[in-house]
Amino acid sequence: MIIRVEYFYYLLGILLALVALMSFGDRTNPRRWTTGLFWALYAMVYLVGERLPPAMVGLAMIGMALLAGFGGVKSGKPDVLPDDARRASAARLGHRLFVPALVIPAVTMAGSTLLKDVRIGELFVLDQKHLTLVSLGCAAVVAVGVACWMTRSTPLQAGRESRRLIDAMSWMIVLPHMLAVLGLLFSEAGVGKAVAQVTTTYIGLDSKLVAVAVYCVGMALFTIVMGNGFAAFPVMAGGVGVPVLVAKFGGNPAVMAAIGMFSAYCGTLMTPMAANFNIIPTALLDLTDRNAVIKAQVPTALPLLGANIILLYFLL
Amino acid sequence: MQSTINMWPLLGVAVIVLGFLLRLHPVLVVVAACFTTGFAAFIPVEALLASLGIAFVKTRNLPMIYLLPLAAIGLLERFGLREHAQTAVARMRSATAGRLLIVYLAVRELSAAMGLTSLGGHPNMVRPVVAPMAEGAAQHRNPELSDDQRQRVRAMAAATDNIGLFFGEDIFVAFGAIVLMQTVLRAEGIEVDPLQMALWGIPTAVSAFIIHAWRLHRLDRYLVPAGGGSA
Repeated sequence: MIIRVEYFYYLLGILLALVALMSFGDRTNPRRWTTGLFWALYAMVYLVGERLPPAMVGLAMIGMALLAGFGGVKSGKPDVLPDDARRASAARLGHRLFVPALVIPAVTMAGSTLLKDVRIGELFVLDQKHLTLVSLGCAAVVAVGVACWMTRSTPLQAGRESRRLIDAMSWMIVLPHMLAVLGLLFSEAGVGKAVAQVTTTYIGLDSKLVAVAVYCVGMALFTIVMGNGFAAFPVMAGGVGVPVLVAKFGGNPAVMAAIGMFSAYCGTLMTPMAANFNIIPTALLDLTDRNAVIKAQVPTALPLLGANIILLYFLL
Repeated sequence: MQSTINMWPLLGVAVIVLGFLLRLHPVLVVVAACFTTGFAAFIPVEALLASLGIAFVKTRNLPMIYLLPLAAIGLLERFGLREHAQTAVARMRSATAGRLLIVYLAVRELSAAMGLTSLGGHPNMVRPVVAPMAEGAAQHRNPELSDDQRQRVRAMAAATDNIGLFFGEDIFVAFGAIVLMQTVLRAEGIEVDPLQMALWGIPTAVSAFIIHAWRLHRLDRYLVPAGGGSA
């Protein structure tokens, strides 16, 4: 591969190191040393994570959690253009401002579709195992280039702006990452098997409607706990879907699988464990209630879960 | 069979649920759950730290999706991207927050169904474009938009992105979820055509669109000035 996913780990590592340095030097930040340390530790994970002893990375993760958990990660006073200057430049640049923003999806799509199998000599241009991520990385770099050229700014200014946004999102940035770690630990420790055991042992599955409801609600509940439908699916499909819905009631496995996975997604809409979808946006959109996005989604997720039970009952 | 399964790791789940319910600091809750789960599964401390470290390095790709676009988006915001999105939408006379988000829901769901999942996203579409546009439209209709209403519009913009993505991508044949389902069922000795699974996802995808679009339609009524105005 010519463009590897590791390059973007290093790029992000450099960016985070820059954020750490800027934090150390930011006198408007009441906790600049602990904040800087937090980002420095995170930068280390991206720059040299795979070369460090794993236990040390584990310790770094716990250190970061403690720094964040006890209020050590704060932001400084962001340096933004005054309101009228921003409005004036918005009027001057007009719709052109959308161009770099649209470059990101456009280049990502082009990369993951058109450049997918392209090789130069023996080598694939893009990392085949992380195609979307590498395409997104290239897109982000191209977009920064276009944005700098259009606004006559330097890449360093783009770095400062990243820091402004990273500072605003603060420790919430690492929450999805740490939850993913917990998810892996859950499967290592056999949490999935234990949950399947509980659901299948204590609930009678003699009527088709009850079995369908247990399967769908179980998918959603399991996803709420694990934060990820992909963790719920093997457990519920293996525990209820295949032995009961397919074997006992003679259902169509394709229907069982498709609607089961969508029931899991209803769970994803309702859980803070899926932090990258549900918590990160509250940070990105300056919402005061950390659960605002979940609250906006529950009234869609619950009727949809009901619809899934009905659909599965009749289509199975 | 019952005796071979260790139920103690469920304590980790209990810690998570309790921690979130008591609204403790989420990052601390996660670390506490890691330790509880590890000890309950009889993993020694050193091995547990190593497991955490390996997992932390292995999942490094996750935050990149929302961290990499920040530089370009931040720069555009400095030069007025969000302000421009708001004024641009104010010029569309028939635009309301609800209608705008219904259009976005349709675009997001359909494009995800065609495998174009990167067309949206919270850092690169919702924050700089969709949320300011929805907010601008709401503001245009109701100049005295309260802070609660404003936050509600933004939360709905984020929710719409999620719902469009989730229920669109699963009817795309080459999506990871379909591959996962196929692998799981194959392990159970059942061979299923991926196209079949994608097709049987369509009724739910349509239901998701109808339910959420109806809620977006109602959002407009919530956003009118208190006491007056017809929806």
